[in-house]
Amino acid sequence: MPATIIETNTTPFEKVAVDTITLDIVENALRNAREEMDATLFRTAMSPGIREQGDAFPLIADRDGLMVVGQFGSFIDGFLKGYNGDIEEGDMIWLADPYSCEGAVSHNNDWLIIRPIFVKGRLISWACMFGHMTDIGGKVPGSLPTDATSIFEEGVRIPPIKLYKNDVLQEDILTLVLHQVRMPEWCRADLLAIVASCRVAEKRVHEICERFGDDFFASATDELLDRNKRAMGHLINTAVSTEKVSFEDYICDDGRGFGPYKMKCTMWREGEKVILDFDGTDPQAVGSINFYLNENMFKMFFGIYMVMVFDPQVMFNDGFYDLVDVRIPEGSLLKPNFPAALSCRTHALGRIFDILGGLLGQGQPEFLNAAGFSSSPHLMFSGFDKDSGDWFQLFQIGFGGIPGRPWGDGPDGHSLWPGFTNVPNEFLERYFPMRITRYTSIADSGGAGLNRGGNGILMTYEFLNKGTVSIHDDRWFTYPWGVNGGAPGERSTKILRRADGSEEIIPSKCDRIEVFEGDELDYITWGGGGWGNPLERDPELVALEVRRGLVSNDAAFENYGVKVNGDGSVDTAATEAKRAELAKDQTEGEIFNFGPDIETIRANCKAETGLDAPIQPQW
Amino acid sequence: MPYRLGVDVGGTFTDLLLIDEETGATWRDKVPSTPHDPSVAVINGTKAICEQASISPSDVGQFLHGTTVATNAVLEGKGAKTGLVVTEGYRQILQVARSLVPGGLAAWITWPKPEPLAALECTVEIEERLDANGGVVKPVNKEQARAALESLKGEGIEALTICTINSYINGMHEQEIGEIAKEVFPDIPISLSHEVLPEMQEYERALTSVANSLVRPIMAMYVSNLRNELRKLGMEGRINLLRSDGGLMGSEKSEGHPVNLLMSGPAGGVTGALWSAKNADLKNILTLDVGGTSTDVALIENGEPRLRRETSVGHLTVRASSLDVKTVGAGGGSIAHVPELTGALRVGPESAGAVPGPAAYGKGGELPTVTDAHVVLGNLPEALLGGSFKLDVEAAHKAVQTIADALSVTIQEAAQGIIDIANENMFGALRLVSVQQGYDPRDFALMGFGGAGSLHSNAVGKLMGSYPVVVPVSPGVLCATGDATTQMRYEHARSFNRTIKQTDDGEVAKWLAEMGETVARELEEEGVSRDEQTITFEAGVRYAGQGFEVDLPINIADFEAGDGIAKLQAAFDEEHKRLFTFNLDVVHEIVNLRAIALGQGTEMPAIKVPEGDGDPSQAKVSDHTMWANGEKHDAAIYDRAKLEAGDKIPGPCIVTEMDSTAVILPDHVGTVDAYGTILINPVA
Repeated sequence: MPATIIETNTTPFEKVAVDTITLDIVENALRNAREEMDATLFRTAMSPGIREQGDAFPLIADRDGLMVVGQFGSFIDGFLKGYNGDIEEGDMIWLADPYSCEGAVSHNNDWLIIRPIFVKGRLISWACMFGHMTDIGGKVPGSLPTDATSIFEEGVRIPPIKLYKNDVLQEDILTLVLHQVRMPEWCRADLLAIVASCRVAEKRVHEICERFGDDFFASATDELLDRNKRAMGHLINTAVSTEKVSFEDYICDDGRGFGPYKMKCTMWREGEKVILDFDGTDPQAVGSINFYLNENMFKMFFGIYMVMVFDPQVMFNDGFYDLVDVRIPEGSLLKPNFPAALSCRTHALGRIFDILGGLLGQGQPEFLNAAGFSSSPHLMFSGFDKDSGDWFQLFQIGFGGIPGRPWGDGPDGHSLWPGFTNVPNEFLERYFPMRITRYTSIADSGGAGLNRGGNGILMTYEFLNKGTVSIHDDRWFTYPWGVNGGAPGERSTKILRRADGSEEIIPSKCDRIEVFEGDELDYITWGGGGWGNPLERDPELVALEVRRGLVSNDAAFENYGVKVNGDGSVDTAATEAKRAELAKDQTEGEIFNFGPDIETIRANCKAETGLDAPIQPQW
Repeated sequence: MPYRLGVDVGGTFTDLLLIDEETGATWRDKVPSTPHDPSVAVINGTKAICEQASISPSDVGQFLHGTTVATNAVLEGKGAKTGLVVTEGYRQILQVARSLVPGGLAAWITWPKPEPLAALECTVEIEERLDANGGVVKPVNKEQARAALESLKGEGIEALTICTINSYINGMHEQEIGEIAKEVFPDIPISLSHEVLPEMQEYERALTSVANSLVRPIMAMYVSNLRNELRKLGMEGRINLLRSDGGLMGSEKSEGHPVNLLMSGPAGGVTGALWSAKNADLKNILTLDVGGTSTDVALIENGEPRLRRETSVGHLTVRASSLDVKTVGAGGGSIAHVPELTGALRVGPESAGAVPGPAAYGKGGELPTVTDAHVVLGNLPEALLGGSFKLDVEAAHKAVQTIADALSVTIQEAAQGIIDIANENMFGALRLVSVQQGYDPRDFALMGFGGAGSLHSNAVGKLMGSYPVVVPVSPGVLCATGDATTQMRYEHARSFNRTIKQTDDGEVAKWLAEMGETVARELEEEGVSRDEQTITFEAGVRYAGQGFEVDLPINIADFEAGDGIAKLQAAFDEEHKRLFTFNLDVVHEIVNLRAIALGQGTEMPAIKVPEGDGDPSQAKVSDHTMWANGEKHDAAIYDRAKLEAGDKIPGPCIVTEMDSTAVILPDHVGTVDAYGTILINPVA
């Protein structure tokens, strides 16, 4: 049964005329309010995931729950359908369970607060924010077990409940939940910060209503959604063909020895509507890489990509949802059946963006980007400090290569995700028993191209204390693909060097790796794919990048056909000769370069990566 | 030597303000700026204003100067070619930066790949390492260091920065490398990161130190040239420059630490507003400095401007204290347009700049700008700059008509829309410094200045409920006023990074005493004796585990008495609650400590205007027509110079003076105070 909304004033909002200029003012005011939500949370948060990675997502919605400003799609609809209770003024709903909100949040770590905003007894808007908690209990520190087979192993599950009733905090509930987690101080701080940011949004919505009138606000949000629908309708009509196009990409493995998992999407237009069909996607995994993809959230991703690729001027909201039809097969990796494990969905979430890029760019390769750093690899390191005996727990996100783009080279060692930023190494060394002895991007790891893919990162951790490590990464098996003649980027790898000098390759997804004082871990992430023909890249730029240590001398010659002299200058004659020779072997007309096919990769897996090839999953 | 001279170099004009310290008499002048060498205009203006006041430059005891030389060097990419020396394993410290791609989801698609401030080919690694406590893990390999530095010789570097890991806690290795660097590069300036910024976070420290190196040669040349020229004119007094934080520093010192001057220009506006506010007896002020392409805003609470621990210039943000000035791309030259896809009205961030400028300036501009919208609404007289600059009213109408056509509204509605959107953008910036910091704008007055500040201040004040709206005397030279009326300042900050359980009052008191001594000595070297100094302290505090700290004033005596930490804890909880609505039961961490030495400011008396009878009609120039609230109004034009104290000017009207025009809206009245400042309030 859906939720019942209790309003003390049931007068419907009156439709009033909305002039363009005042509408723009309301839009700006809402956008400012959203930025204030972010600022409130980031300045007070304690979980490293929120503090440095900004892994938190705000939205302000209209009275029907459609997002007017924000960037991660509406979860309100999914929540309302699944919530069997009343919604009243003064409620703060708390929720952290993908299965009770149709995947509105996609793993238990994301704690969501939903605040209905009332004005004079009428529901007029919603403010929401969710943030990733660094630890919510469960079988491993960080609560993202790579080997979980059900959601019951993945920390505390919170169905939609009222954290506040009539604006009074329900302390008992909070105490109960915080008792289940390893870092209760962080969780409490971050939850209160999320609540505070929703209150900020509410205050601003009230101010706007006071300034322009309640009816005006309601009509204005309608119009903002309509405006977006018109703009997106125009874009869809011009950018999406009625002919079907498909694109597929992979998650390399599920942490339990199976893989790669195919994610496939087919897109076409029927009239004004675009259909996105995930038929052909592999079945749900036994392990925890499943991504319960909410249809509305995917509409949002699709919309943002359309806008960013084709016209960044369009202001973004939920108005166009009716124009998109998303179809996801039941029991697949993207719509797993309860109680499938979901905690490590970050890889599939990331790969969705590579798929969107490949799908949208096919029709117009000039707008196409290569495959990028489409994940957020994690490192966890925890244990008891040898001097103080205190528990320490590090959660760190890694960075890699932004792909080559029509706009230019991909930056080295950056993030595809909004707001993500690295942790200063001096901070790590001050607060954790470790030393970072190397922090650099890796030459040649970005795919060669007219516009080079960004390089991946090599970070060497020297552990100064016994502890346990978890690793979450991907793209160790398949390649980040290049486009329009650009080459794929290099894959990721993890090398553990023991204090005695012995070395081992660590799997891309693992928990409970014991490390000791003096051990070193090379955490190597993947590069972005290249864009365009590398033989057309300016030889002087190639030579400069050799001097900069971003491209090796050998790669300059073999991949770009540029002969760089000992003094860093270009040998023009040798370059022309080499480029002519390389040009002969180039094949024309292929949009994508995925590297070797899956069977070849599988055959060479052990020799190339040091790890056994995963076993193909079957429906 | 009873005179002081404030000089502010702007993009178009160099403003000067000369003050007789005994009588308070002032002389003002504006000379065209000389961007190829800004000191030319400064020297020309100095000569001119001394002639105007019939004094000799040798009578000027203090020369006070706000400059954008460093700012422009950064914005225009004309800084020095800088070499960078780092710890082994960290060559790409600036290349990888903080890994952040600004903007929302998928913003990376259009984000340009940034070039590091010091080029990678000019960055070398040295074999050395300190641990997080400052202990030596690996000593400096001097032979390797020398070879690495030698390898930079072919790159033609003009400045050098040394930044090694954990040097914020122990500068020993940077000093050792610095000694070798001096032998290899005897002729270029060398910045050591632990001296520029002894704070944790290697990227920010490296970037700030490189930014310092970047502007060192150009600033050193500018400042020493200027000093020589001024000395040639016979000026023997002290030459001080305005820092980004609103304090002054000696010109010699500024040559070594120019990173502290990056926001020297906007800081002058804030210090000028402070002086003006004091005379109007106002303590809480929001400032609105509107120029041609951008608007700077700041908040002054209880007579103190807010400081931030960063300085932002263009895309560069470094760790150097600056007045918390926010800039938005909305100014008189901002261009209005209606994108086809959404049919929405947008204003800026593109600007017509000085060339071609607004259509109304008749210099070839055809696109509709904010200034053109003002012309259509009648907010500007037909001629500016005391009548010498005639506006092309027809061109302005033609430009704004294109917007009216795109939106299918009248030309006045289009013009009003453009102004409303520009005001909303300014409002957005003001919110960042007020509402978002927990301040209610209704507790503040709003002061508009700069070329176009008083055109917008009444409307923006109305939006925010910030009254009175203040039109200061000579809003166009307020920055020069600020340069001339502020005080010497030196600050020193250090990372502390201990929870209150890991330290005690005695340790904090010891640190503060040492840091207090450091800043006192620095100011003493600048010629401010200790009995003229005020030393204050601050601590950055957070709940252990948070990523951002809150800065709070502290008193060394409390720590000596043993209750400093307890008081600091209580003060933090109170401030955290005010800012973020909640407190936590988590141990407090003192992140950093800061000592600030201030010299005494010289009082500059303000001059009173003649007493009037409340009726401004003696100042009325002509009748006028203005559009406001969608209606045509009969209005008037007044001459500011003829207004008298106590005059009540009814809106709608415009008040003109040489360098600026003020708008008073319908249902508002401007009251002239004893010093000629106009205070606008709604009609009750």
